[in-house]
Amino acid sequence: MSPAAPVGPSSTTLRSGHLPGLRRRLLSPLGLLTAGVLLTVGSPLIFVVVQATRAGWAPARALLHRPIAATLLWHTLTLTAAVTTTTAVIGFGAAYLVERTDLPLRRMLSVVLVMPLAVPEFVQGFSWVSLTSSVRGYWGAVLVMTCALYPLVYLPVAASLRRSDAGVEEVARSLGKGRWVTLVKVTLPLTRPALGGGALLVCLYLLGEYGAFAALQFQTFATAIFTEYKVAYNTASASVLTLLLCLIALLVVIGEMRVSGRRPTGRAAAAGRRPSRVPLGAARFPALAALFALIVLALGVPIGALVYWWARGTSSTLPAASIMTDVWATLGYAFAAAIIATIGAVPVALYSWRRRTRWAATVERGAYLTRALPGIAVGLSIVYITIHYARPFYQTSWMLVAGYVVLFFPLALTGVRAALASVPSGVEEVARSLGVRPALVLLRVTLPLIAPGMGVAAAMVMLAASTELTATLLLRPIGTNTLATQFWTFTTGLAYGEAAPYAALMIAISAIPVLVLARRGAVR
Amino acid sequence: MVRRGRWFGTAGIGALVGVMLVAAGCSSGSSSTAGPSSSAPAGSVSLTINGAGAPPAASGSAAGVSGQTITVYSGQHEQTTQALVADFEKRTGVSVKLKSDDEASLAGQVLQEGSASPADVFFAENPPALTTLQENNLLTTVDASTLSQVPTKASSPGQDWVGVSARAVAFAANNSVPASSLPASVMDLAGPAWKGKLGLAPSETDFSPLITAVIKAKGADAAKSWLQALMANGKVFADNETLISAIDKGEVQGGLVDHYYWYRLRDEVGASKVASGLHYFPAGDPGSLVDVSGAAVLKSSSHAAAAQAFLAYLVSAPAQQIIATSHSYEYPLRPGVSSSADLPPMGAIVSPAELGDGKPALALLQDVGLL
Repeated sequence: MSPAAPVGPSSTTLRSGHLPGLRRRLLSPLGLLTAGVLLTVGSPLIFVVVQATRAGWAPARALLHRPIAATLLWHTLTLTAAVTTTTAVIGFGAAYLVERTDLPLRRMLSVVLVMPLAVPEFVQGFSWVSLTSSVRGYWGAVLVMTCALYPLVYLPVAASLRRSDAGVEEVARSLGKGRWVTLVKVTLPLTRPALGGGALLVCLYLLGEYGAFAALQFQTFATAIFTEYKVAYNTASASVLTLLLCLIALLVVIGEMRVSGRRPTGRAAAAGRRPSRVPLGAARFPALAALFALIVLALGVPIGALVYWWARGTSSTLPAASIMTDVWATLGYAFAAAIIATIGAVPVALYSWRRRTRWAATVERGAYLTRALPGIAVGLSIVYITIHYARPFYQTSWMLVAGYVVLFFPLALTGVRAALASVPSGVEEVARSLGVRPALVLLRVTLPLIAPGMGVAAAMVMLAASTELTATLLLRPIGTNTLATQFWTFTTGLAYGEAAPYAALMIAISAIPVLVLARRGAVR
Repeated sequence: MVRRGRWFGTAGIGALVGVMLVAAGCSSGSSSTAGPSSSAPAGSVSLTINGAGAPPAASGSAAGVSGQTITVYSGQHEQTTQALVADFEKRTGVSVKLKSDDEASLAGQVLQEGSASPADVFFAENPPALTTLQENNLLTTVDASTLSQVPTKASSPGQDWVGVSARAVAFAANNSVPASSLPASVMDLAGPAWKGKLGLAPSETDFSPLITAVIKAKGADAAKSWLQALMANGKVFADNETLISAIDKGEVQGGLVDHYYWYRLRDEVGASKVASGLHYFPAGDPGSLVDVSGAAVLKSSSHAAAAQAFLAYLVSAPAQQIIATSHSYEYPLRPGVSSSADLPPMGAIVSPAELGDGKPALALLQDVGLL
């Protein structure tokens, strides 16, 4: 925390500059904090690089000569492209309908549409497969992953629509532009940073996902990496493959930067002003039906499958009394991770937002790379780092929380970034020009403006962390279970009936962060 | 350019601070580890207690270790392991911290932890996990009195781990497959009769021992063409749980699995509703493989005596009785104890020495494109 101390001295230089390109001292506290946070969340990447150099490039060459390599690459790329497209279309469409039109049941939909985020991807995969084997393979993977991941686009887009001024669109319509032209030319660009950030997350989730693809019997680069760790016990060659995966992730990150650009285009909504909603007319019923169909697929199927398992499985008993202990453990770890990740995301997002240089944006997006790492790679690297450099924390709750922070930092960053994107530019400079010290500007102007966004960020991290499995198994303190690890214990013993209540509870407790998200999104 | 250089500078200094922080954490970490290492003499004292008490302690009683705590990393069936641990704690007064996960993830974890591992015992499902730890010089010799409780073939040739239970490879088939169409040998699965009907789970850790057995019986070239034919005939599944459910639902007609997956499935769907059955290959066929699961004491253990007592317990009559009656449906290895489930008599165990570390099988799987 020492880097935060020298806030005062830098204030003298801040006042002397011009607006966006303020002259700053080389050692700005914000820069230091950003570097510290990135170094921490990026540490697994360092581990992977070190391990990979130990192996040399031979395993990568060997893999690329294996017959399966082309299949893996093709699977990974086509699936990523397809699911990113479907989630972007569905996520944006749903957010637009809920936030900008006179669709009925908007308040309820704004809650329920986020709920699939509470269903872990591996539960999604298991549920679909247990109902029909026809979801195995490419199209099944596209369907299931779209259902699981579209909220990652819906949430930031809905949030950015809510915060930005709908007046611009009203003006466009009043000038005689059709609603489609307004949608494409005005609304879409308005949400571009949020849409881009969401799509980026979807891509990176897909690159690192293992559990769902294992259930759906669909091999990707990440499943091959898992196999390399699992069957061959070969950390070095698994790390080389992981680096190749990071290379793909890097291309995705660069691609996203080119597409969504950096400059925010929105203007914050004026307080207390009700936007006029686009009337849907007769189209409201097909639109409503489409959203209901989406909810049935993404939420109805997993819940239905759990009820079916519970009713049918002969192993079904009432869950043990210890289930409440597991609930509290799950909540506690997820909450701690949400708070830490969100606080950590603030300096990184602020750094990129204030500087608005290509380098600053690159630094910020670099933080997303770890999201493409498979959970087992992150888990093993944290094991290694903790046991060698932070032994007192080994197998304590803090190690697991650290794992969650590393894994879900990008979620927090997306939330905070989206919130900053709609803060009117120049607000901080105006406050400073009035002689307010930078620390106070941050406390009294910037943070209150992005507080709702921080809430969204924390809720997203909490949702994701309370359902994480692979890294949890490795990093949890001995003797503690989370709902996800208990679910795993029973499903690996084929006791689906006993597993069902744990999955159901996992979804139920996620209602807490979902309600937070929904309150932020309350239709005014 | 100047601007960019400046940010590089900022990041560089930030990195430097980070490294310093890490270094600080490191030094505080090593100072705290001085504690356990300075208490090493205490560990050796308990070893001598065990040395003195070893001959009469063959049945697993461990008077000198009561009150100690050991950490067990287990890749074995969790519910059965919990029952074993609870009984062991009651009998010896030793407390056990149990960490259950996939055996391969746990082995990976121990490899990262190295000599700093908090684990005392590693309890695995299959020999390759144990062999990998052994090759990394992380295991210590198991007490001779423990090894003598189970058949010599069931334990590591280097005496680094002891066999605890066994499982047999079987051919699970959907009931729609007529008896006359069932394969007489595992080699038959390569035939055209199984085109499009076979399920495979090649990334499971118990699939490669079977490949090793085929390589041993038929040679590497024959094993390769057999595997290629299997691949052409079959669909690939991520794990045995998914495979056995797919067979039961008729999504595929049959597949190679360890026998207990079918018994656990039968427990879940109910004996009256199960739509598949197990068929075993005749003795002498490479598909008649019986493989062991085992346990080892880590060299880095600071409670070696209590850890050895846990291994001694695992092969003792009470523990083997728990295995024999558990939901995990494995074969107990102690002579005189037999499974209470309706398992057929266990075939001859294939010695772990013959299975080795499984590397040739792995290379073959990668070569044909299954991995």
